[in-house]
Parts: sequence; structure tokens; C-alpha cells
Amino acid sequence: MTWLTSHPLSILVFGPALLGFLLLALPHKLGRLSRMLGLMGALAIFALSLAWLLGHRGNGAILAERAAWFTLVGLPVDYALSVDGLNLWLVLLTTFLVPLTMLGTWNSLKDRLGTFAALFLMLETGMLGALMAQDLFFFYLFWEAMLIPMYFMIGVWGGDERRYAANKFFLYTLSGSLLWLVALLYLANKAGGFNPILMGQAATLLPFDVQCWLFIAFAVAFAIKVPLFPLHTWLPDAHVQAPTAGSVILAGVLLKLGGYGFIRFAIPMFPQAALHYAKPLAILSVIAIVYGALVAMVQRDIKKLVAYSSVSHMGFVMLGLASFTVIGTQGAMLQMLNHGISTGALFLLVGMLYDRAHTRMIADFGGVAVKMPVFTTFFFIVTLSSIGLPLTNGFVGEFWILNGTFLSGFTWGRLYACLATSGVLLGAVYMLWMFKRVFWGPENKDEDSGTHHLHADLNAREIAVMLPIVVLIFWMGIHPKTFVAISEAPVAALLLEIKAPAPRTFVLKPAVHRAPAAPAPASGSHGHAEPAAHEVHR
Amino acid sequence: MNKYYWLIPILPLLGSAFNGLLGKRAGKGAVTFVGLGVVLGSLLLAISAFLTMKGMPDHRLVLGYGEWMATGTLQVPFDLAIDPLSGTMMLVVTGIGFLIHLYSVGYMHEDEGYARFFCYLNLFVFFMLTLVLGSSLVLMFVGWEGVGLCSYLLIGYFFETDFAPDAGLKAFLTNRVGDLGVAIGMMVLFAAFGTLTVGDILTQAGHLAPEVGFGVLTFATLMLFFGATGKSAQLPLYLWLPDAMAGPTPVSALIHAATMVTSGIYMICRLAPVFTLAPITMDVVAWVGAGTALFAATIGLVQRDIKKVLAYSTVSQLGYMFLGLGASGFAAGFFHVFTHAWFKALLFLGAGSVIHAMHHEQDLFKMGGLKAKMPATFWTMLVATLAIIGFPGTSGFASKDEILYLAYLKNPMLWVIGVVAACCTAFYMLRLFTLTFLGKPRDHHAFDHAHESPVSMTLPLALLAVGTVLAVWLGWPKAFGGDFRIEAWLAPATTFGQLHGAHGEHGSHALAWGLASVSTLLGLSSAAFGYFSYKDGLAVSEARAAQFPFLHRLLLNKYYVDEGVELYLLRPIRWFGNLLWKLFDVILIDGVGVNLPGALTRVSGDFTALFQTGRVRNYALSMALGAAVLLYVFLK
Repeated sequence: MTWLTSHPLSILVFGPALLGFLLLALPHKLGRLSRMLGLMGALAIFALSLAWLLGHRGNGAILAERAAWFTLVGLPVDYALSVDGLNLWLVLLTTFLVPLTMLGTWNSLKDRLGTFAALFLMLETGMLGALMAQDLFFFYLFWEAMLIPMYFMIGVWGGDERRYAANKFFLYTLSGSLLWLVALLYLANKAGGFNPILMGQAATLLPFDVQCWLFIAFAVAFAIKVPLFPLHTWLPDAHVQAPTAGSVILAGVLLKLGGYGFIRFAIPMFPQAALHYAKPLAILSVIAIVYGALVAMVQRDIKKLVAYSSVSHMGFVMLGLASFTVIGTQGAMLQMLNHGISTGALFLLVGMLYDRAHTRMIADFGGVAVKMPVFTTFFFIVTLSSIGLPLTNGFVGEFWILNGTFLSGFTWGRLYACLATSGVLLGAVYMLWMFKRVFWGPENKDEDSGTHHLHADLNAREIAVMLPIVVLIFWMGIHPKTFVAISEAPVAALLLEIKAPAPRTFVLKPAVHRAPAAPAPASGSHGHAEPAAHEVHR
Repeated sequence: MNKYYWLIPILPLLGSAFNGLLGKRAGKGAVTFVGLGVVLGSLLLAISAFLTMKGMPDHRLVLGYGEWMATGTLQVPFDLAIDPLSGTMMLVVTGIGFLIHLYSVGYMHEDEGYARFFCYLNLFVFFMLTLVLGSSLVLMFVGWEGVGLCSYLLIGYFFETDFAPDAGLKAFLTNRVGDLGVAIGMMVLFAAFGTLTVGDILTQAGHLAPEVGFGVLTFATLMLFFGATGKSAQLPLYLWLPDAMAGPTPVSALIHAATMVTSGIYMICRLAPVFTLAPITMDVVAWVGAGTALFAATIGLVQRDIKKVLAYSTVSQLGYMFLGLGASGFAAGFFHVFTHAWFKALLFLGAGSVIHAMHHEQDLFKMGGLKAKMPATFWTMLVATLAIIGFPGTSGFASKDEILYLAYLKNPMLWVIGVVAACCTAFYMLRLFTLTFLGKPRDHHAFDHAHESPVSMTLPLALLAVGTVLAVWLGWPKAFGGDFRIEAWLAPATTFGQLHGAHGEHGSHALAWGLASVSTLLGLSSAAFGYFSYKDGLAVSEARAAQFPFLHRLLLNKYYVDEGVELYLLRPIRWFGNLLWKLFDVILIDGVGVNLPGALTRVSGDFTALFQTGRVRNYALSMALGAAVLLYVFLK
């Protein structure tokens, strides 16, 4: 019993998987019972995570566990878990979304309910473990372990092309992480272990080009998860084919692990290389923002549209990280949560529509607002959040990211921030255009149309699922402090430690009162005095 | 009282929440009570706050309600700032807003979405007040986007029709294009001033020298002005406003004439000291304003839909306001916002009264002779028409004349454009007025059913007419013996410790008299021309249209701008999106980058699998061959 109370993180991480194995042992006939047990378990984990993690205050890690575990070819691997400012809210987002998704897709699946619930719980273990692990080998294990349940969720319960999508998802991610595994082992050999701090110290002693290669290996693995253009093409297929629950978790949590990987490992471990590659990262982010939005705009399947919108939104996250400013990075932290809530909610809503109409084609709808007013209202609120309307969560994240990028110490910051604003416009274009075609206009009376098959508005269960999301959308938009105050200090410390270039501001010309003491800088285009961007490397 | 002022914006928000969540169940009576009550409460509190602010030594009341979004060096509090500028605007929004709410009770009473309508309308008042009172640019932006949202919802109010959803979408997206400008402008200002709080920016701006050539502030203000062209429907982003008439008429009056569309002007007045530092921007503002004033007025000459005429008229009048701002007449521009709010709201509500009476007929060519049937609407509309055409002594005359005078001082060409636009205005307003109320009825069926509107609608008309007349008190020009008191009144807000005054008084009263006489004479002649062209029906104008078929078609089709945008902008963008998707995503990245390696792997696997026959003889043969090759290589 004392072991249990002294290892709360272990309970949070492994509790779901243990329950999952138990559910697998239950006979098939008890699928409905398993589903209920799974939900109860996930709710319990959520309650425990709230109780244990929000109770603690103060700097540094909120909770941590560390023990020597085993040695891998002579390199010690630690059993190290911790929750701190960087991952607290991502952990809570995960424990929140899992039960919510289970409830939201309660009747979506018809067969092998128990197995699905079991896989879902194992997936939760993988996600929580990856978020909490403070040892890179441990992290790697969770990172790969997540793939397996998701692979089966897509491959077994997915749509018509589920096998292609599942294989693609698996191989795409795996090929990225194998390269990364090589880099990991190489660096662990230099550092004598998998402790990220020691590995980071060892990395700084390596020649710069080696650091760069190591960073690239890390970055590619994480960028695939994000997904960053041009490594995103697994995402539309996986999302469209996955069952609703899979899509929600994929968008809500799995993608976040990519961004989290950058801020937790890739950037602090290879600061010089990270600063060196800030510009390419930012370029790809801006392309992702615009490209994802343009492609989302022309989609005919609502789910695919939402999938491509993820590419665009996650591009904002990466842009914020690449800005290497407190404002931009904090924006990225918040945007990750935002995206988890908003896009997760969009997938849930699309699932609710699909369960009724058995189609997701935009052209099959029209006039849904007349038939399902409550559903329409929820969908509209989530849409507003997705397009970043002020007072919803989307606005705060995007505003910080754009301002942070504009202020960035890199010379390209201003231009890229201006280019990225177009994503805010295009986001409204694809979301509201879709909204208009699906929900507004005369009712689609066609016998085969999706609208024709809509008979019931949201039921109590579905409303209960959407309400907390709506509350969060406004809470995060009106009082974002709740969610980002805790990461402010770690982010600022990180940027200081890696010597991120100081923000660039404009110097304005004062009115002449007395004789000018020093020649004022010529007011050229808009660059004035350049607070010298840190000489990154040579 | 100070501790209740947060309710000024929040009351309408609560009303909106009530009407949206419970309104349908609570019934129309409760919706009316709450919907009107919250705006009235907000109006009363606003009056009190206004008086409190007047009592302050520096005419400035800042109310703090804590932190909103703070990280790094960025601090954005939920503060409200009441000064002469925002205070006046706050009274306009709540005052005219209340009248229009009252009017809507009569206008919308048969509509099934009554509760939804008041939910949106209250929400609009909340966002508009946030825009007006927000102490920082970010909070202003909250209102800015929020009113856009309400506008979108209200334009698309009849969402089950074909046209309203399109119009709503167009309005929102066009505004979003402008909002990019505002977003970029804010980023630049933040990088320049290190704060987004308006008061702090203005204090710093007071110590700066005007920019010579194109500098940071020029860029920032141009971006902000681009945003203003979206919200305030100027070239090139005016396209959404005429379509916005798809919404119910009270919405057109409140949002698309009196309040929301003037936000662009309001923002520039707010940041007047910063704009003053950027002379290039000021030139752009003036020319775009003048251009829009003329452009929209010419389209208004031939439109048949009564609301469309008024919509183009609004675009044109907004152009005047920008012309005034660009000529450094911040007070003059804002004064026109003020007078226009009264008379244009009145015109729209009058038009609404006519449409209501004619069973939703909006075609001017089917009206006529309504004077006898709708006396209250007729007389109040007459007041508004006189004001908008600048009849001497009216409020419209005072504000427009001040703008034209300043425009002349900036550049006589601007004055010429302004006067031509004023002539067009006089013409199309008399055309509208004559076709509606005078002459003989052209659609007897509709005419026979026409009736005067209920008191809940005529009372707001009467009150707005009184406001239209009295508005002149605030700014009778100095040249004609007035004191143009609004200028001194707004000075604390528009100059804000500025070292250099807004504009030098280098004109003279004689010049002012001369200019006013010319413009008034021309305007009144155009008005007379409009009256005589239509007083006997449509024959004269049809003949004239036949004389200039090309010009007539060009104007009737609004210079084909919508078609051009669709063809040369929207279609290529969609085409490009498809290209990226089908060529780039599916073929290049996925095909060549992902599936090709996959296919190669499979093919090579299949190929090598050929050797895996499972027959010992084959393996023995290949072993023998291999041994032979090895022997040859090593022994050679």
C-alpha cells in the first residue's frame, strides 16, 4: 500500500494498461460490460490525475519517480517519470480526452467492444508514459508502444481502406523513429546512459555537424508525429479511415507528442543545432499553415477537411516553437492544448453526424441546422474556436504565436509572422464555407442525402460530452492563465539556457526637442537598430 | 456607481445568453423584456459613466478588471477606458441600439426565430461596446471580430434560404481579409511600442517625430487602415456590405449603417496621434475615402432595391468619413459618424417600415404614392433625406461641409470628388424618396394592403428624426457662426498630449462660405434633377438609360467587380488548392515519396521470392553456381 501511494505516476501510467489486459481476458460476450468497465477505469484515472497533479504547487517537478531499471548493452536505463510545467496540461488533456471519447463514441462501434476498450486503455498508457518519461529509452519504448493499439484500432475498426491506412500510419512513423533510435543509441554510448541531461551535455562536446545530424534524426521522428509538411501524408488517410475514437485521440494527443518531443528533448539537448535549424523549421511551419489550409479548403469529405486543418493548426505550434521567444513558445504550448480540444471535438461531432447519416460528404448535406439545432450550435461554437475567434481558446494561442514570431530574434521572424496570418484567414474560409454548405441553406430533400437520414438531434449523453468541451473553449479563451502559467517559468528558463536570440523591436525616432545628440538611425523600410541576433554558430 | 460600470457591456451579454438558451421556452414576452431591458440598463449606466467621466479632471476613466492574456512582455488586461471619444460612441451604440431594439419588436414579431434574433442582437451590442470601450487594441480586436461574427449570424439570419448564407459568409470572410491587416498592424505596434494598451501607445506617440517617407508607423497604420476598409466597407473590401442587406432591416440599420461599419473610423480616431505621425497613410486614407465616396454613389444611382440603394449610400458616406480623417479632421470625420448614425439608421428603419407595409416588397419600381398611406414614415424619412443630401441647416450639412472644407485644404481635387459624390447622393436620395412616397402607386395590389406601421416602429422613427435634427448642435461649423464644439470635446482623445496639433487653420471663413455655396448649390440642383426625373414615374429615366446603355449596364452590374473577383481571385485560389492536393499531396509526396518506395520494396521482395522455390535441387544448383563463382574469383 505504501508503494502505491508513493508511486502515483506509475499508477496513472500503468493503471489503464493493467485494466486493459483484464478486459482482454473477459469473454467476448461481455463486451458491453467491458466497455462500461473501461469507461469507469478511464474516469478513475482522470479523477486521480486531477487530484494528484493539480494539488501540488510550486516550481520544478510536481511529481517525479526515478529508479535504476536495467542496463542495455552496458548502458543504464532509468525508470524515470515526472510531471512538471511542460507536460502537466498535456497529461491532463490525455486523461480528460480518453473517457470523454469513450463516452462520445459509446454506440459508434458494433463489434468487439471489449477489445476496443482494452486497446484504448493500452493506448492511454502509451501516451501518458511518453509524456512523463524522463529517460530517453523509456520514452522510446512508450513512443513505439503507442503505435500498436492505434494500428489495430485503425486496421480493425476503420473504414473501407483501413488496412492501407493502418500500414501507412505504422510504417511512416516507424521509419522515422528507427533513424532516431540509431541517433539515440549513438548518443547514449557517448553519454553512458539515456538520461536526457547527461545526453545533452555529451552532445555539446560533439562536433557541430554531428550535433546537427543528431538533431535532424530527433526532429524527423517528432516532425512526422506533428505532422510537419512534407511528412504529413499519413495523417489524412489515418484520420479518415480511423474510427471516431481513434481520430479524436490521434488529433487530440498523439500529434501533440511531436511538438512535446521538440520542447522536451530535441531543443534542450541540441540547442545550437536547434537554433541553427530554426529557419528551415519556420519555413516548413509556414508552408504547413498555408498548404494545409488550402488543401483543407477543397476537400469534399468533412473528416478529411478536419484532418488537413490539423496540418495547418499544428504548423502554428511548430512556428511558435521555432520563434524561440517566450511569447511564441507559450503560444505553442497553449495551441497544443487548443488543438487537442477543438479538433478532438470536431472529430467527435463529425462522428456523431456520421453515425446518423452514414456519410461525411459535404455535398450530401445542406440545411442540417433545421433538423439538428442543438448539434448545429455545438458545431458552430467549436468552429469558432477552430478559426480562432477572440474569447475562444484558438485566438490566444494564435495571437501569441504570431506576436512571438514577429518579435523573434531571427531576421526572418517578421516576414514569416505576416505570412502566417494568412492561415487565420484561410482557417475561416474552409471552416465557415463547410459550415455553410452543411448546416445552412435549404434543407437537402434528396432521398439519398445525408440530411434526409437525420432524425434525432443530440441525446443527453452526447450533450454531456460536448458541454465540458464548450466550457473549456471559453475558459481557455478568457482565462488562459490557468493553463499556461505553470509553463511560463520553465519555458523562459529553457530559452535563457539555450541562449535564444533576444527579441527584435523597432526603435522609433523621437521628436526633436534639443540638438540631436547622436545621428538617428535612418528610417529605412522597417528594420532599424538590430539588437544583434545571437551569432548562432560557425 | 463606478463599481457597476462593468455591466455596461456585460448586461447585453447576459441578455444574449438568456435569449439564446431559454428564450424559446420563455416566450416572446420574456424575450422582449430581457432583450430590451438589458440594452436600456446598459444605456442608463452608460449615461452615468459618461457623466462620471466628464467630471474627471483629465476626462478619462479607466476601469480595471484583471489580467486576460499575459506572457513574456505581453500584457493584455480586461480594462475598459471611457474618454470623450469612446464615451460618445458608447452612447450612440446603446442609444440608437435601444431604439432599434424597440423597433425590432414590431418588425420581427411574426418571425419564428424571435428569440434567436434578440440573442444575436444583444450579443452584437456586447461586442460593439467591447470594441468601443476596450482599453487595449487586443480588447478592441475582440469586439472587432465579435461584431463581425454577429454581423455574419444576422446576415445569415434567414439561414434556410439560398442567398442569406452566401451573403453572411461573404461578409465574414471579407472582413477577415481586413482583419489580417489589423493583426499585422498590432504586431508591428507591439514591436514598436512594447505595449498594446491604447493609452500607453498614445503617450509614447506624443514624443515622436512624424515619419519622413515610409517607416514603421506608416506600415503599421496602413495595415490597420486595410483592416478598416474591411469593417467599414471601403475600396477594395466594400463588396460584402451591399450583400449584407440579406439580413433583417433593423440589422441593416444598427450594424450595417449606424454602428459596426463605423468601427474603422472609430479605430483611426482612437489612434489619431499615431496616424498623424504617418503622412503617407493619411494621404492614402483620404484618397481611398474620396474614391469610395464617388464610386459607391455612382452605383447607387441605378439600383432598384431600396435597401441596396441605402447600402451603397452607406459605403459612400463612410468614404466621406475617411476623407475627413485623411484630411486630419478627426473631429470632422467622427462628427459625420455621429450624424450619419442618426439619419442613416432613420433611413433604414423608414425603408423597413415601407418594406413591412408592402409585404416584403423591396423594389422601388413597384412602390409609389405611399405618402398618403404612411404619413409618419413619410415625414421622418423626409427629415433624414434632407440631412443626407446636405440641405443647409441640417446635421448632415454641418458634418459633410466640414469634411469637404478640410478636403479642399488638403487637396482641391479631393474636394471636387467629394462634391461630385454629394451630387450623386442628392440625386439617388431624391430618386428613392420620390419613387417610394410620391407619384402614383405602380403596384396596386401591394399599395392597397399597405398600412402605417405600429407605434413600436414609428416611435423609434420619430425619436431618430429628433436626433437627426438635434445632432447639429454638437458641431455647427465655425465658419457659419457655430463653435464646432465636438472638436474641443474630442481633443483629449484625438490629440492625447500630441505636440503637433491636428491641423492648422490656414483657411478662412470666406473660403468656407464660397466652397459651401458651390457645393450646396450643386447638391440642391442634383436633388431637384432627381425629383423631376422620377416625379411622373419611370418613363424619363428609362429613356435616359436607353440613351446610355453601356453606362447604365455598367452601373447596374456594379462595375462587374463581383464577377471579376470570382473569376480572377476565388476560382484561381480553389484551383490552386486542388492542384496542391491532387498533384502535390497525392502524386508527389504520397505517390513518389511514400508509395513508390513501398512498391519498390514489395517488387524487390516478390522478385527475390522467386528464388525461394522450396526445391532442394534449385538450392543445390545455386550453391554450386555460387561456389563456382567464388572459386573463380579467389583462384584467378
